Amino acid sequence: MDTQQELRLSDDLLAFIDIWKEKRGNLIMILHRIQQDFGYVPKKIAIELSRYIDVPLAKIYGVLTFYHYFKQEKPGRNTLAVCTGTACYLKGAQDLLHEVENLLGAGVKQTTEDGEFSVEAVRCIGCCGLSPVMTINDEVFGVLKTDELAGIISKFHSKSSGQQ
Amino acid sequence: MPYKKFCLVCSGKQCASGQSEEIYKELKKLTMEKGICQDVQIVRTGCFGLCSKGPIVKILPDETFYVNVGVKDARAIIDEHIIAGQPVENLMLRHENPAKESRFYQKQVRIALRNCGIINPEDITEYIARDGYAALSMALFEMEPKDIIEELKKSGLRGRGGAGFPTWMKWKFTHDIRDQADEIFIICNADEGDPGAYMDRSILEGDPQSVLEAMALAGYACGSSMGYIYIRAEYPLAIERLYKAMDQAREYGLLGKNILGSGFDFDIEIRLGAGAFVCGEETALIASIEGERGMPRPRPPFPAVKGLWGKPTVINNVETYANIPKIILRGGDWFSRIGTEKSKGTKVFALTGKINNSGLVEVPMGTTLREIIYDVGGGIPNGKAFKAAQTGGPSGGVITAEHLDTPIDYETLGALGSMMGSGGMIVMDEDDCIVDVTKFYLDFSVDESCGKCAPCRIGGRKMYNILRKITMGKGTMEHIQQLRALAVPMQKASLCGLGQSAPNPILSTLRYFEEEYLAHIRDHRCPAGVCKALVTYTINPDICIGCTVCSRKCPNNCITGERKKPHVIDQDNCIKCGICYEGCKFGAVQIA
Repeated sequence: MDTQQELRLSDDLLAFIDIWKEKRGNLIMILHRIQQDFGYVPKKIAIELSRYIDVPLAKIYGVLTFYHYFKQEKPGRNTLAVCTGTACYLKGAQDLLHEVENLLGAGVKQTTEDGEFSVEAVRCIGCCGLSPVMTINDEVFGVLKTDELAGIISKFHSKSSGQQ
Repeated sequence: MPYKKFCLVCSGKQCASGQSEEIYKELKKLTMEKGICQDVQIVRTGCFGLCSKGPIVKILPDETFYVNVGVKDARAIIDEHIIAGQPVENLMLRHENPAKESRFYQKQVRIALRNCGIINPEDITEYIARDGYAALSMALFEMEPKDIIEELKKSGLRGRGGAGFPTWMKWKFTHDIRDQADEIFIICNADEGDPGAYMDRSILEGDPQSVLEAMALAGYACGSSMGYIYIRAEYPLAIERLYKAMDQAREYGLLGKNILGSGFDFDIEIRLGAGAFVCGEETALIASIEGERGMPRPRPPFPAVKGLWGKPTVINNVETYANIPKIILRGGDWFSRIGTEKSKGTKVFALTGKINNSGLVEVPMGTTLREIIYDVGGGIPNGKAFKAAQTGGPSGGVITAEHLDTPIDYETLGALGSMMGSGGMIVMDEDDCIVDVTKFYLDFSVDESCGKCAPCRIGGRKMYNILRKITMGKGTMEHIQQLRALAVPMQKASLCGLGQSAPNPILSTLRYFEEEYLAHIRDHRCPAGVCKALVTYTINPDICIGCTVCSRKCPNNCITGERKKPHVIDQDNCIKCGICYEGCKFGAVQIA
């Protein structure tokens, strides 16, 4: 998936787009599927999509840039997200973010140099009973203290875990 | 052979993050091992509500309630309780004060959450067994569309998404023009973006069929055959359960063509949101379903007349729908007996922040804040003092200690300068800075403003900048006037609910906590010790015993002192991280 020539609409994707092509208001659903496959919406794919469904590229980018959920840059191997909903904010989400930046050298909306982690500050993920909360990929870590972060992060690092 | 015992394992998102799935599998495995899987059924359910004490396991019929369960506890539950009949004492719900035990549930009345934590949300037969689809079947064969609207009118149900508009009126507008339209749409607004609120997510995860049934009822009442659920992409578990629920409903002939042989067609599609708070506003939501940028448009025309693709559209929120099957089944009069004069029924709140029993609670309208916080919520942790409760999120305001005994409904909250909102209730204690929290909400609204209209785009930014200056100790007395001067036109001139309500947190906190703003501006002091620029950490030499913990923990190495002698913080190099303050066991590090 890394190399440029592999950045093309796969047969699976084309089949998905064909189903949705005839439905009204399909663009956001198609972009979701593209992001699911690539982890982001690469420019090359957006151009190809524009031709395939005959929608101006400007409109596709209009939608892509409007919604926070869509990414235009390739994310790191792991996505670390600190919840910054109100309950987490009150219970120290900002301190978690600072500590994450200390540990990884990457702040919000940045990816570490080795491509291991992307850091995000996300809107409430609805785990307020466990605040403050951080997620790495799909795993939720609740009632977090700053001194627990280093241990958790190291488990996801490819060099130390040797898995994934 | 019927089962003798049931073991319910919460599979809501928060318990799932505490390995409830592993607990479920372990319990299942153990029942196989012991050969008792004929006698006891292990069930995955939706949210029980007491999220801060998860994972939760409940045993029926004796109603034993286990909290903070781990995978390793599964064996004890099976061996001691299920087989030997002795409940596992150390896992049972305890309260510091035994008299208050289980008050979490005592004051609750569960209508919208009636099935959450009771049924397996992935099995339609369990929903049907709890009177599921009885309302739809009754409506289709015994009621005219107008009868349904009449029942809703009697019930007094109002929109649970925030504004509180009577649900029956929305339905009636569309009902009355259904003959003139070639298409009509029903939308479920599940774009729950309010930070600190997760009522809708829990309903969709715990009882998705109730929403599908209510949408079909809306379709029948308003002459629609197509519904959309617009849900946040950030809720993968809820989306998955909705898809399963829709498949099962179609299989049972409760969704799709010719429902129950009545000749009524209704189907539902899911559309995903993409992380834009403004899409909770109904016209922006419609734009987003249409595949456009989620920008609102002026109303009127209202969606009930001209909505999705220009057709009449009924939009209700998840919790509103969850109430409807029960209202149709038991009658509007039954529902209207619960609650206050103008606000009927119950409201689900996501009770979070500085509260012991953080979780999801459903109480009758008219319950006081004191009952919610101290009885249901179990009070404030660590003996701290209650400062305020925030409702309505970035669109709402605060309720202070002097109003703890106000019965909560749409009108009283509005009169206090807050609003019902979608149901987030965030409790703040003496350690929370009101100005800082208000800045947090403004930051949110500014970030989420779509930028279409100037009052919201520019006004919000201006107000945020002023708050930022105040929290940095650069505030002036004029700033207070400027905030008030900006807020009112922004409320009046913004295009949609986001901009109109974004100044609410400022006006509300200025009303009740002006002194705290003034302390920041006049005295350069943050009374709660939150605003870092205004805080100085010092070590009280009379208390410090020279244990060296602070100097070892200081990340900037700016605390010095000999062992067993008072330490000193070098103020020039202090980065005000507060680690020494948290780390000192003797209370020697003080905030000035």
